[in-house]
Amino acid sequence: MSTAGDITPGCPSGLSPAEESGVGDISAFVRRSAEGNALQLTVRGAKCAGCLSKIEKSVQALPGVTQARLNLSNGRFDVRWRGTLDANRIAETVSGLGYGVAPFSPDAADSAAKSEERKLLIAMAVAAFAAANVMLLSVSVWSGHGEMGETTRRVMHAISGAIALPAALFSGRIFFQSAWSVLRRGHANMDVPISLAVLLALGVSVAETIRGGEHAYFDAAVMLLFFLLIGRFLDARLRRRTHAAAHDLAALQARTVTRVEGAGARSVRADEIVPGDIVLVAPGERLVVDVDVIDGISEADESLVSGESLPRAIAPGARLFAGSINLTQPLRGRAIAAASDSLLADIARMLEAGEQRRSKYRRIADKAVSLYIPLVHTTAALTLLGWLLAGAGVRDALMIAVSTLIITCPCALALAAPVVQVVAAGRLFRKGVFLRSGDALERIAECDHIVFDKTGTLTLGEPELIRVEGDEALVQRAARLARASRHPLSRAVVSAAGAGQVAPHVKEHPGLGLEAEIDGVPCRLGSAEWTGAAPAAGTTQLQLWYSEGDHPAHPFMFEDALRPGAGDVVEELRARGISVEILSGDREDAVASIASALSVSDWKAGASPADKVARLEALRAEGRKVLMIGDGLNDAASLSLAHASLAPGGAMDVSQSASDGVYTGTGLGAILTMIEAAGLARRRMVENFSLAAVYNMIAVPIAVAGFATPLVAAIAMSGSSLIVTLNALRPGWKRR
Amino acid sequence: MEMLVFLIPVALLLGLTGLLSFIWAVRAGQFDDPDGAAARILIDEDRPADEPDK
Repeated sequence: MSTAGDITPGCPSGLSPAEESGVGDISAFVRRSAEGNALQLTVRGAKCAGCLSKIEKSVQALPGVTQARLNLSNGRFDVRWRGTLDANRIAETVSGLGYGVAPFSPDAADSAAKSEERKLLIAMAVAAFAAANVMLLSVSVWSGHGEMGETTRRVMHAISGAIALPAALFSGRIFFQSAWSVLRRGHANMDVPISLAVLLALGVSVAETIRGGEHAYFDAAVMLLFFLLIGRFLDARLRRRTHAAAHDLAALQARTVTRVEGAGARSVRADEIVPGDIVLVAPGERLVVDVDVIDGISEADESLVSGESLPRAIAPGARLFAGSINLTQPLRGRAIAAASDSLLADIARMLEAGEQRRSKYRRIADKAVSLYIPLVHTTAALTLLGWLLAGAGVRDALMIAVSTLIITCPCALALAAPVVQVVAAGRLFRKGVFLRSGDALERIAECDHIVFDKTGTLTLGEPELIRVEGDEALVQRAARLARASRHPLSRAVVSAAGAGQVAPHVKEHPGLGLEAEIDGVPCRLGSAEWTGAAPAAGTTQLQLWYSEGDHPAHPFMFEDALRPGAGDVVEELRARGISVEILSGDREDAVASIASALSVSDWKAGASPADKVARLEALRAEGRKVLMIGDGLNDAASLSLAHASLAPGGAMDVSQSASDGVYTGTGLGAILTMIEAAGLARRRMVENFSLAAVYNMIAVPIAVAGFATPLVAAIAMSGSSLIVTLNALRPGWKRR
Repeated sequence: MEMLVFLIPVALLLGLTGLLSFIWAVRAGQFDDPDGAAARILIDEDRPADEPDK
């Protein structure tokens, strides 16, 4: 459709398709200050230098813009300007170029995570510097063994100490602080043996240097810290990236609210609404606060709230919950709660209960640590005792015990899980699956039963016209009326008909249908009674009737279509020995038809949020490990209660934050990808812990026997870390 | 062996320079947008802004 000279919409390199997105009023997101106005947007679809210059230049050309800078890595677009430029014009300029755009409000958690990541990176750099330089000095000591004079060796050790001590104290404080805080509460985590090994190694080395001894473990201490910090840094970066991705998805839904103020109305951010405010809800707008309707008659799509796919008629006095979409006529409502408490109170409570239960989950790494700590510390203590009893001097016995602690250092153990998680989550990230928690993969791998929500999860969540042979002309004529409406059934008719004309003066009668006069013939599209047709008895299928003048009305039937490939996914899950169940809040026959299409025998319709929770409790009591997949507000509680949970990208943000992962795309293939990746990650983690165990089985006897010199410790430590990391990076065998 | 008196401090100084510049780079936000930095070099500033893409 673009003529010569037009700029092609979207990424010029074709890496990403052009997006068309309606942006709401975003002026509420502008931060105003004395220096001017600032706005942060999230831009989707920008992939290359062409996008970058196109977007920045177009926005810079707007009057008053002083700065427009797009961050290509995370899609943040910073705009600053002076004067009266409307923020919406900026967003329109960007979306007019074919990019998706949404207002972005930075959250506190993100900036905290960012500074944490920066702290880890700097600590890692300091440890790397120290490890490299101390290793240089250590290598000369080792290779000069027997030839190097005592004074030279002493100087070498002293310089090593001067580098290693401050570096280890600086880089290691992350571990020391964490170890101290858990020790005070009487627990132990991985940081306890790490801190102990590092501090003991440093202490013994300082004593040896002063005494002029032969062995110093400065290199081992800083190298240990360096390896561990790599693991920590990767872990922190992954968590922040996935958090940011999930936050961006939620930002797409961040809508503003039109609040009535005196005689006028102003668009404000949802979090500015307080109970009692009067808000206007335009047709097609999704509610972000709970309201009591005080004026207007309309219909509402509550599929995200209750799972019900049929719109509900709304009249003054009705209560609408956040997540519902107003369909036909503007409504005026009184907010009954602030946006942040807009969820039903019991859902919030159930969410919390689920979270608490989940935090008790013991990860593989936790199990390994609880086995490892007592074992290693007992071994070291026994070594000390044994050598003392065997008649060795206190100094020698202590040296051997410390070298045992260092050589069993949990390097490989501390890298075993994080590296696998980073690799797996990175692969999933590129496929559009964002994990919200590190142990999600482990929990997903354990699941043997999947509970699906129906509306919006198994199905697209929007009705699709069932085509009958020879209805082409009728669909086209009905679409002339339907194009004027945002009702989901109208939109289904329009999407079946394609582009075309709109009839003039279409009137929409809430709860009834559409009416217009086309070429002097009154036409109606709506319910059976409204169009004068005899209502079909006994069918609860979604339907619309279309009548022209005195002709008998023609029915259109609709169904909530399955997502592409849903059947294959369910089939594949069964082949893997995972049972499938459907738990929906929708009507019985709607669920039954989907269940039979997928040949799922285990299904339940009309389930309230409490029913869903009860069902999950029952499954848990049976000892099943349930993976729950759902998108609605009514699923939020069960999502947080399940052993593991996933939510599609279009889900309510409550549901997204209640689940372990969010997947994007229309198909369900991401679920299989996720289960496959989780299984692989679990295998790799077990392999890695086994490798670490084997390594310790070889290294410990050597150390206990007193053969572990600093050289042996250095080789063993880096060797085991390398093996574990390489094993994590090894691509998985494709089954099938 | 006397050479070490010079060589070790020189080596350490070089290493320290690298470390300090890395810390500066992290603090100054040089790593905040690696993709953008790679792409910006390709933007041809000399071309008139209103010239069509093709």
